[in-house]
Amino acid sequence: MSEQMTEARRKFLSRLSLGAGGIISALIGLPVLGFLVAPLFERVGREWRGVGAVGDFEKGKTTEVRFEDASPLAWAGVTGKTGAWLRHQPDGQFAAYAINCTHLGCPVRWLPEAELFMCPCHGGVYYSDGTVAAGPPPRPLVRYPVRVRNGLVEILTSPTPIT
Amino acid sequence: MRFLKIAWEWFDERTDASKVIGPILKHPVPPNTGWKYVFGSATLVAFLIQVVTGIALATAYVSSAGQAYESLKWITDKAFLGHLLRGMHYFGASAMVLLVGMHMIRTFLTGSYKFPRELNWVVGVFLLGLTLLMGFTGQLLRWDQNGVWSTIVAAEQAGRVPLLGPWIARFLMGGQTVGAATLSRFFAYHVFFIPALIFGMVGLHLVLVLRHGISEPPKPSFPVNPKTYRAWYEDMLHQEGAPFWPDAAWRDAIVGVLVVACVMLLAWWVGPPELGTPPDPTVIQAYPRPDWYLLWYFAVLALLPHGSEDYVIVGAPLVAGVCLLVLPLVFNKGERAPSRRPWAVVSIIVIVSAVGVLWLEGDRAPWSPDFDNKALPATVVHAAGPDIANGAQLFHEKGCENCHNVSGYGGHRGPDLSHVGDRLSAQQIVLRILNGGNNMPAYASSMKPEDLNAIVAFLKSRRVGG
Repeated sequence: MSEQMTEARRKFLSRLSLGAGGIISALIGLPVLGFLVAPLFERVGREWRGVGAVGDFEKGKTTEVRFEDASPLAWAGVTGKTGAWLRHQPDGQFAAYAINCTHLGCPVRWLPEAELFMCPCHGGVYYSDGTVAAGPPPRPLVRYPVRVRNGLVEILTSPTPIT
Repeated sequence: MRFLKIAWEWFDERTDASKVIGPILKHPVPPNTGWKYVFGSATLVAFLIQVVTGIALATAYVSSAGQAYESLKWITDKAFLGHLLRGMHYFGASAMVLLVGMHMIRTFLTGSYKFPRELNWVVGVFLLGLTLLMGFTGQLLRWDQNGVWSTIVAAEQAGRVPLLGPWIARFLMGGQTVGAATLSRFFAYHVFFIPALIFGMVGLHLVLVLRHGISEPPKPSFPVNPKTYRAWYEDMLHQEGAPFWPDAAWRDAIVGVLVVACVMLLAWWVGPPELGTPPDPTVIQAYPRPDWYLLWYFAVLALLPHGSEDYVIVGAPLVAGVCLLVLPLVFNKGERAPSRRPWAVVSIIVIVSAVGVLWLEGDRAPWSPDFDNKALPATVVHAAGPDIANGAQLFHEKGCENCHNVSGYGGHRGPDLSHVGDRLSAQQIVLRILNGGNNMPAYASSMKPEDLNAIVAFLKSRRVGG
């Protein structure tokens, strides 16, 4: 009888110790896990960033513009900035395109004489309106919201496009 | 010497170190293992190079997005022996990738993954994956233009995973854009998470090697039978086995010295990979390419048929990983000798050849436009009139030369046009230019008639002997 009790007690103590180990792991692990996945759930506000006066952009031309991300961390340095291709269309409207190729995200370049965007990585080509002209890109260049306020062209900060 | 002996005896008496380490070092190994069994320990030596040089580099590297590049510049150009250490870290990584591959090929060809060493192989597959991850995360830590854009490319690829893709991509970047949080994360992966996993896996790998013993060199018509293998192996070791130390260890030691010497020589002679321009994501003059050991994969991504990327990017590593993991579980008995397993030999030849060819293609990257091309020289143009000279200039300015090669000048993405005048009529050339097609953009909306005529005149003049 006493041996049975001892065995039952050992079983209980084993489970107690394993449970304690689980609690220790959870107490340490959960905050760590939360800390690591927090950026997934963080709501980053979007900001309108001025990129220049309307008169700075010639009609029919496409220009690279740079602006600061919505809320860059203090130690981001130059990586707190984003680039975009801004096109001042002949009808006076503006269109802003992400510089990321929709194939694998490489930075597309604008060839003004050819009026094409071209990707250096795998040769994706886009027309001036961002539609796919050739190569592997599955969809047009991602467009950023753009507006004109008080003579200033503004682009709405956006996440890095994951297509 | 006497003092050292007394100190050791004092230490050993209190720790039983010799009783613990002695049997490990002197565990019996099969006879005739030879030089082909040294790749595992050589990989371990390469890993130790990485640990030691990595710790040294981490004492000066600043894992801050705004300062990492400058700190690496300082390590490379100013710090005493910093150039050598960075070079050793780079070539140590290269050695590790190369040696882990050779170790795996040897294990596969000699059937050493069969009973009872299935788990050794499975752990090895995870170590291969972790080694490649270390290589990739290490490349990003250079945090130059290439590093920043490689991060974006990696996030983009992760984004192809069904349902979870965008979440994984955000997790990798540490937020919605590549920025301050990104580098800190990759630094932590490269310096803490992945090495910790490697240490654990290497420990398990070595425990399993000691538990099951080193596989004996295979003999034809001597198949593995799980029911009798253990007893036979124990008996064979008892009769013919030799202590690992020093009978077999000396080869590992010699190869270890060679690995370190080669890494140091290359680090001194070739030096570390050059740092590109600073990591400004707004500077679009970037051409992200992986380090040499992943160039073949870069080629795979370029050569895939359109529309199949999503399946290959996600599916291929998954299928390859699953195949490698289930291999020892499905084929855990039978012949081990390569001469009795022709399919094993053929599969290695096919895989190595395919990776080799893709590697060469990745290095050449003919699918990438040549943005650095120069205008065609007069000696190539041979202008018989102003239209041809003008056409040659427009051929360069309009970006045609980015993709088409003429007499050794320009890219290789599109067809070589050195003798296009013999192949196509003027009308056919006009149609190709205006309508595009076959991976070429249409120029109808952006080409003036006079420019078109000049380019056609130039292209028609491209003839054999012209």
